Amino acid sequence: MSQPSPPILSVRDVHRRYRRARTSLFKPPSEVPAVRGVSFDIQPGQRFGLVGESGSGKSTLIRLLAALDHPTSGSIEFEGHRISGQPERRLGFLRERLQVVFQDPMGSLDPRMRVRDIIAEPLVAARKPTPPDRIRELLTAVGLPDDAGDRYPHQFSGGQRQRISIARALSTRPSVVVADEPVSALDVSVRAQILNLLADLADEYSLTLVFVSHDLSVVRHVCDTIAVMHHGELVEMGATTDVYDNPQHSYTRRLVAAVPTLRRALAGVSAAELARAVTAADPEEDEQ
Amino acid sequence: MSEQVNVVSVPVAEPAAARRGSRLNPSLIVGGSIVALIIGAALLSFVWTPYDPTRIDAAARLTSYSGDHWLGTDKFGRDVFSQLLVGARTTLFVGIVAVGIAAVIGTPLGIFAGMGSRWAGEIVMRGNDLLLAFPALLMAIMFAAVYGPSTLTAMAAIGIATVPSFARLARSGTLGVMNTEYVLAARAAGRTRRAIAVRHVLPNISGLVIVQSSVAFAIAILAEAALSFLGFGTRPPTPSWGRMLQESQELLHSAPRLALWPGIAIALAVLGFNLLGDGLRDRFDPRLEVRR
Repeated sequence: MSQPSPPILSVRDVHRRYRRARTSLFKPPSEVPAVRGVSFDIQPGQRFGLVGESGSGKSTLIRLLAALDHPTSGSIEFEGHRISGQPERRLGFLRERLQVVFQDPMGSLDPRMRVRDIIAEPLVAARKPTPPDRIRELLTAVGLPDDAGDRYPHQFSGGQRQRISIARALSTRPSVVVADEPVSALDVSVRAQILNLLADLADEYSLTLVFVSHDLSVVRHVCDTIAVMHHGELVEMGATTDVYDNPQHSYTRRLVAAVPTLRRALAGVSAAELARAVTAADPEEDEQ
Repeated sequence: MSEQVNVVSVPVAEPAAARRGSRLNPSLIVGGSIVALIIGAALLSFVWTPYDPTRIDAAARLTSYSGDHWLGTDKFGRDVFSQLLVGARTTLFVGIVAVGIAAVIGTPLGIFAGMGSRWAGEIVMRGNDLLLAFPALLMAIMFAAVYGPSTLTAMAAIGIATVPSFARLARSGTLGVMNTEYVLAARAAGRTRRAIAVRHVLPNISGLVIVQSSVAFAIAILAEAALSFLGFGTRPPTPSWGRMLQESQELLHSAPRLALWPGIAIALAVLGFNLLGDGLRDRFDPRLEVRR
């Protein structure tokens, strides 16, 4: 996966600390490190999976990648242009080239907007014309009926809404789509559909995919590269098969052990035994 | 909060009739009917009144209820019923303009305070507090002293005094909307602040603003009546419920009906708009809908 071509996203020693609310008049407010010295590159066409438990800094990191937040130190470059610390007016190119699919299909679509306007929003923001054909084309691409454009988000199921989010993300023909836990709010039965849709569309539109999840099995399904985050640090990164079959870091081993597999399920392994396996893989470190 | 609207209004298989039923609550029906009655009276007064409400008829002074004058006449022989009808017009006019001023100034101010930098928000809200601390009636009297008492000064004073309530409400609504994921998504899509304010924030707080308008309308009616009663509002001979009350004051013992009818009209109007506001709140507020 390491082609000589320049990376599309390049993250260098990025830190992000959040300041807590003041608790004392005399002591300075304490800080919470959310991301601690993370560096990695994402190549064009790569499907980059970011895994970690909740609170590991994944969400902060993608906010930084999408320049919705800026790092305390370190730099992020998109297609060779620095995006960290830049004012909004200089991020127009990024807003067009990189789109985000959010986690919550209920919350990420404005309930007062028609689906057509939701999908066209990135185009409108980029001051691009929005022919009605384009909306229909996008709806078809994500497997929604043509008349979906006239309806409101609450008239759709969770899976359909996530399709709307994906159609919206594709509207500006971006080169990178960042998906923040796109299936974790969905029924298990719908997950596979959405994952396959994302994978197919990534092929069809030759997208670079940044896929964030707390679920290793989901990431394995879609991504060719996996980066594991733990307490704001990148603890392991490599090709999916390597990381999965031969995890180096103790935390990764625990993650892999926590994935329920069919074989283990058939062998009658209960959830309790699974939990025991997880602690056994990492006896010295017991997280809160 | 608006995404909660969403959660609530995604019934799996709730029959349409049941949902419609929950929307038409008693407050909405009663309040809406009273408001419709007042609007009807005001509209009617444009095309028909039993008598010219300003016509002085010395021969028919202080007559009681009769076929000629349904609600009798006042000390100048003017027809009380006709005055009430035209008074509804004045009342609504004052309410609409005052609430309009308040909503048009207060809502954008609140959105700005909720979306802008912390400092900008603080400055707006502290200015708001200052205005809120100033008694509305005192401001109206001051306006009347400076510009002369008229319906216009009363409307302006009531409107400006009501700005803070809209600004505060709009700000709290805006803060809620700004925390939603769809605003984050709009930012990620490259929407400007102004576009987010107009396309996302405003539509999602419009329910709150409508409810507040109805409640503010009731307060404006009361304020106008009080100002007219004190002689700082509508000038004679334009009929106004507040002034009708004032003129009846000296005859309270001999002809209490002259105070009774404008009093009922004012009370009914205030009740109507308050009930309408309550009803609309139930309809717009998702948290109350869940409880039902």
